[in-house]
Amino acid sequence: MADALLSPAVGGAMWAVSAAAVAWSSAKVQSDMDERKVPLMGVLGAFLFAAQMINFTIPATGSSGHLGGGLLLAILLGPHAAFLTIASVLVVQALFFADGGLLALGCNIFNMGFITAFIVYPLIYVKLTGANPSRRRMGLAIMLSAIASLQLGPFCVVLQTYLSGISELPFSAFLFMIQPIHLAIGIVEGLVTVAVVSFVHQARPEILESALDARPAGNHPLRRLLVSFFVAAMLTGGIISWFASESPDGLEWAIAGVTGQEKLAGPTRGISAALASIQEKTSFLPDYTFRKTVKSAAQPEENPAGASDGRLGTSVAGIVGSLLTLGLACLLPFMLRKRHEET
Amino acid sequence: MAGIFGTHIDFRLLDRLSEHDTAVHRLDPRAKVLVTVFFIVSVVSLGKYEISALFPFFLYPATMIALGNLPALFLVRKTALVLPFAVAIGIFNPLLDRHVMLHAGPLAISGGWISCASIVTRAVLTVSAAFILISVTGFPAVCGALERLGMPRAFAVQLLFLYRYIFILMEEGKRMSMARDLRSFGGSGLGMRHFGSLVGHLLLRTWERAERVHRAMLARGFTGEFHPRRPCRFGVREILFILGWTALFLLFRLENIPRFLGRLVTGFFL
Repeated sequence: MADALLSPAVGGAMWAVSAAAVAWSSAKVQSDMDERKVPLMGVLGAFLFAAQMINFTIPATGSSGHLGGGLLLAILLGPHAAFLTIASVLVVQALFFADGGLLALGCNIFNMGFITAFIVYPLIYVKLTGANPSRRRMGLAIMLSAIASLQLGPFCVVLQTYLSGISELPFSAFLFMIQPIHLAIGIVEGLVTVAVVSFVHQARPEILESALDARPAGNHPLRRLLVSFFVAAMLTGGIISWFASESPDGLEWAIAGVTGQEKLAGPTRGISAALASIQEKTSFLPDYTFRKTVKSAAQPEENPAGASDGRLGTSVAGIVGSLLTLGLACLLPFMLRKRHEET
Repeated sequence: MAGIFGTHIDFRLLDRLSEHDTAVHRLDPRAKVLVTVFFIVSVVSLGKYEISALFPFFLYPATMIALGNLPALFLVRKTALVLPFAVAIGIFNPLLDRHVMLHAGPLAISGGWISCASIVTRAVLTVSAAFILISVTGFPAVCGALERLGMPRAFAVQLLFLYRYIFILMEEGKRMSMARDLRSFGGSGLGMRHFGSLVGHLLLRTWERAERVHRAMLARGFTGEFHPRRPCRFGVREILFILGWTALFLLFRLENIPRFLGRLVTGFFL
């Protein structure tokens, strides 16, 4: 997920959900975890970066992949600590590698952290492994969990992109584009996680056993999970509607979202909407009496069938103004600095 | 191989930039975090067909680069490296949205191209804002600011821990990867099977390191808190910094400056 594809409403709502999850997990970790895990979480987060420096070749494709690691952390640390660790890794990635971006951080923490730690881990991994799993059963649980989290995560990316309405990609086309790729990625991630977990199981079984014993999410009743989902949904809806009521773009998006029809919004997005927005933007100029010619250049915009030279005039003005602004915005600070240095 | 090692080097370089000592670096981290947030929200809240209205926003990254004495080319290159994702999604817009929106002489430009260009411009602005925040503030200071702005203590400690060990463990991962590459002739041993035990070993070493770190920390009286080196003070400079930029972003957001400027110039000459 990237900032450029997000609307503030969706980004803000996901930020709120992720922030709430971080606050809840932090409280949980502080209250009921042995403090030995504090450095463990930090160092394991750094481990993910290190593991991503080591690639492996994927058989029959010739390409190479690396470990994602979210599921591995959930298995080793339990959901709350794993969620915080994944979230912290994503914060570093957003700041240093600009993976996604700062507004998209809320989305990314939800798509990768929340889904893996609080949906897939308790509902698939814990349910499948049971109390005393055999190695095969554990392998199967890991495979299915990896595939599930790498299907749900991208699904949320598609949903968030669609709700933001910046990209033109239709919901289903984007889904068909992204889901199969992530099925393959999920299988690879599952295989690699199985390999690492079974190595740890052989070398230091007590690490996995203590993780299996601790398992705070294992006895989470479904009711509590549903309640927290409900709260998250209310929060999301509330924030989105708050944003939506402020800006017309958001409103348009909300209407499209409620009716579920992209086509309905189609005509309002095309020429008429564009003209309306141009009109809206230029409407401050007629009141602005600095030059007569400007006024006449702005007028033909109001009827689309009008003279093309008027439109050309507007385009020229638009392009000249844009380039001038871009140039000024980028160069002015450096020119000022030069002058400052010279004096 | 060069790719990921390259990002590793960039990572350190970016981290080093925060050690500069300029007026922007000295500002309270909270002010910079807030301005960055406001910048990003203002940029992404513009309509999807806006390009020219985004241009004035370049003033912010450019000013920060100039005032913070940051290497502009390095940041431009780093930003360019992250763009492909935005381009990959944005490139579908011209195919799907073919309403002609703009005529530049004989050339008809469809809404899709405009929104695609808008996506890429947004990406440049938001990505550079993140890089600039980290290079004028530094990661520990950003964490401290977030904690003062309400981020839970446990998460702040986690971030600082992660940050302390990231460079060490990345070095270790790099060494392991290089050692394996040097020993694998014709690509043998690069598959998934050996990867499991290789990364497993790394994991166990990491685990033991964490236990050692914890003992060492206890011996030094760690109470769950890190103490920042730079004391932060929220003064007049910070308030001016926030108010100035917020006012500018609001102006850029509410008025289309390029259109105004264009009218002014072409109206003057034509």
